[in-house]
Amino acid sequence: MSKLAFESLSQQAVVGAGVLYFLAFLAQLAGRRVAQPAADGPSVLANLGVTMLPMAALVHLGALVTRGLAAEPVRVPWGNMYEFTLTATFAVVATYLATMRRWSLRWMAPWVTGFAIVVLMADSLWLYEGVTPLRDALQSPWLVIHVVAAIIATGAFVLGGMASGLYLLKERWPDRFTKVPTLEVLDQLAYRMHAFGFPVWTFAALITGPIWAHQAWGSAWNWDPKEVWAFVTWVGYAAYLHARATAGWKGSRAAVVALVALATLIFNFVGINFFFGSGSMHSYAQGLVEHLVLRSPV
Amino acid sequence: MSNTTPALSAAELLRWAWRQLTSMRTALMLLLLLAIAAVPGSVVPQEAINASALANWQDAHPKLTPIYDKIGLFHVYSSVWFGAVYVLLMISLVGCILPRCAVYWRALKLPPPATPKHLSRLPEHAKFSVEASTDEVLARAKAALKSYRIAQFDNSLGAQRGHLREAGNLVFHLSILIVLGGFAFGSLFGFKGGVVVVTGDGFSNAITQYDDFAPGPMFKPTDLEPFNFKLQKFNVEFITKGRSFGAARNFWADLAIVDKPGATPRVERLAVNHPLSVGSTDIFLIGHGYAPHITVRDGNGDIAYSGPSVFLPEGTDFRSFGVVKVPDAKPTQLGFEGEFYPTYAFTPERGAFTVFPDALDPAMSLLSYQGDLGLDDGRPQSVYVLDKSAMKPILKADGKPARLDLHPNDTVKLPDGLGTVTFDGLSRFVKLQISRTPGNWVALLGTIIGLIGLMGSLFVRPRRVWVRVQPDAETGHTLVEVGGLDRSSVSDLATEVDRIADALGREHT
Ligand code: HEM
Repeated sequence: MSKLAFESLSQQAVVGAGVLYFLAFLAQLAGRRVAQPAADGPSVLANLGVTMLPMAALVHLGALVTRGLAAEPVRVPWGNMYEFTLTATFAVVATYLATMRRWSLRWMAPWVTGFAIVVLMADSLWLYEGVTPLRDALQSPWLVIHVVAAIIATGAFVLGGMASGLYLLKERWPDRFTKVPTLEVLDQLAYRMHAFGFPVWTFAALITGPIWAHQAWGSAWNWDPKEVWAFVTWVGYAAYLHARATAGWKGSRAAVVALVALATLIFNFVGINFFFGSGSMHSYAQGLVEHLVLRSPV
Repeated sequence: MSNTTPALSAAELLRWAWRQLTSMRTALMLLLLLAIAAVPGSVVPQEAINASALANWQDAHPKLTPIYDKIGLFHVYSSVWFGAVYVLLMISLVGCILPRCAVYWRALKLPPPATPKHLSRLPEHAKFSVEASTDEVLARAKAALKSYRIAQFDNSLGAQRGHLREAGNLVFHLSILIVLGGFAFGSLFGFKGGVVVVTGDGFSNAITQYDDFAPGPMFKPTDLEPFNFKLQKFNVEFITKGRSFGAARNFWADLAIVDKPGATPRVERLAVNHPLSVGSTDIFLIGHGYAPHITVRDGNGDIAYSGPSVFLPEGTDFRSFGVVKVPDAKPTQLGFEGEFYPTYAFTPERGAFTVFPDALDPAMSLLSYQGDLGLDDGRPQSVYVLDKSAMKPILKADGKPARLDLHPNDTVKLPDGLGTVTFDGLSRFVKLQISRTPGNWVALLGTIIGLIGLMGSLFVRPRRVWVRVQPDAETGHTLVEVGGLDRSSVSDLATEVDRIADALGREHT
């Protein structure tokens, strides 16, 4: 198969995944409206909505794999923003699916599915870029580990942020969010997701990131905007964990801190590239623009 | 003024301040503050990170520059206020964690606490009656609580587990100090230098050989390891088709390294992501570009300058800017500055430009100056900048500046018999960073220990369980009470208490 064929296959898979997510979403919503069967189990439609989710995720994964195959040479599918977003959305869905049963998260399915639809759409509309090879600086096993960890943590943080957001919404309008579990359950879920995400983020941002930076650019920590914001995010989530342990900050204030930390994460993911552009590639020596040449916008 | 309320004594004030500083609320505030304080450094160009971006920014904001400069916005991460936040945070950390270490140490040796009177007041509680004897129930309880530390009281058991949570928490917080210590050690005793080496040239590790050199405060020149190397070869491939047209791939340099004087050279390949180490010094490939060979003959026809000149790339297309200074030219000193185009193209609208970063059709376009280069007054000068304050453009007969357009092997005459310039050929150069950061492995070890501690802190669940038995005189059965207390934020305490109750023989009705 030619590289171009792989690329268009990947695009079709993204569309396919989007359609499947959408159908799953409809089924989940319909399942909530339809009168529940006598027993307290979920309705057939709601069941269908949840079983379609892994199928959509599988097609989504297919889009990632073919995207990697479309590159010359074959590589991991995170060479640009479009691919990062595609992967991170997959990580959110995958983390959700992995924890759904254990932590009884079926109620969350429409939220996660809706999120996936919106982000995939925005990604395809605004962020689409063609397949390009990785720059040399990106061809390192450390990059793979670093990015995998960052993306997994992002998935957990997004889900944790959803729980914190719902916590605040439900606290404000208890009657409107009847399908959402109690505040206590939401708070615990938020903590679980963040407590899982935090060490993974630590590993990504403070261990593998510096190792890779040391190898690629000769300095483990450079206070480059990407690094600054990864650090801000890390401190933000540490503040969230502390807030939960501080009297007067438990509950809604902690949830606000979590959402602010999530905002810094998303800003680092999307905003830096738009606002700072090449400013994020710093140069060590006056006048030398070697980093335009060596550094990548990751 | 009433003097009924005694003023705080100095000692009390100090103790109060210390308690405030080491409170959880302060730690939280300081964390939030640290996050906010880090942000300006990503918005305003930083001197230590991107000096040229800073210079541009300062040119564009003449009003803000002095203000920003005063409050340290151009070097946020070494500014007083940023330092203040993290030093306070570290003090708070130590003040918070050391006492907790002591508490933890004492608690480790204590047996599980005595059984509370009212187990029914605990968050999880079960009460039931079984046929087995009290001794038998207690024996079952011991078996069911195998992963706990158990203390037996008269008619009850106390059990606790999960003390590793606090240990992990302490280790994690202490490891933050280890990491910072490691980095501090590296920046105190290490150095970071940059050097441009043209292919075929050599480098030996002495301060004078560096183009820029930033030692730590405790660095001693004798710390420089006595190696040298020759840049044998540099290779770069540019992508010639597809979307990434013009992007560089696969660049590497072969160095013949002599570890110490007299050693036999070893040839090693240096590439992006593959730094080389000589002893504890690391060599990184961080840039490359072109160094055209230029020969300048002066008005007398003597060779006044000959050799490769480093032209710094100005973008990914490798259009490069460079300077040639010819102090030995007679009758007057000569200076040249201009651009190098790896694959030359020209249109009337755009002027000269390069269509490809590889040297397929190299060309140079230089402006020439005569006068005083300013090299003799002892002020240090950048080799990449021509000081034109005492020089004037060399003009052609028509009064226009003499622009020299050169392809390889071209020779161009300067007006007024000032001499000739020849483009002899082309070399490439690499920009290397050579540095030693002795504390890096300490920092790395610290982060790994910290991560392990963090996992303990987040995932170990400290928990206490008590079991009390009482013979029921009427039935001859045993009345059993199980109570659980969980100190972690997420708990499955209910399932655990259920599990224990079932193991003790509770029957479900
Ligand atoms: C760079 C600074 C710091 C970071 C990154 C950090 C991070 C953390 C993390 C991740 C936890 C785990 C929270 C949990 O168990 O859910 C924690 C707990 C804790 N931290 Fe910090 N911390 C920092 C500074 C401090 C300081 C300055 C203090 C003392 C004033 C402090 C006191 C505590 C305490 C007492 C806990 C335990 C809370 C509990 O388990 O109830 N931390 N910290």
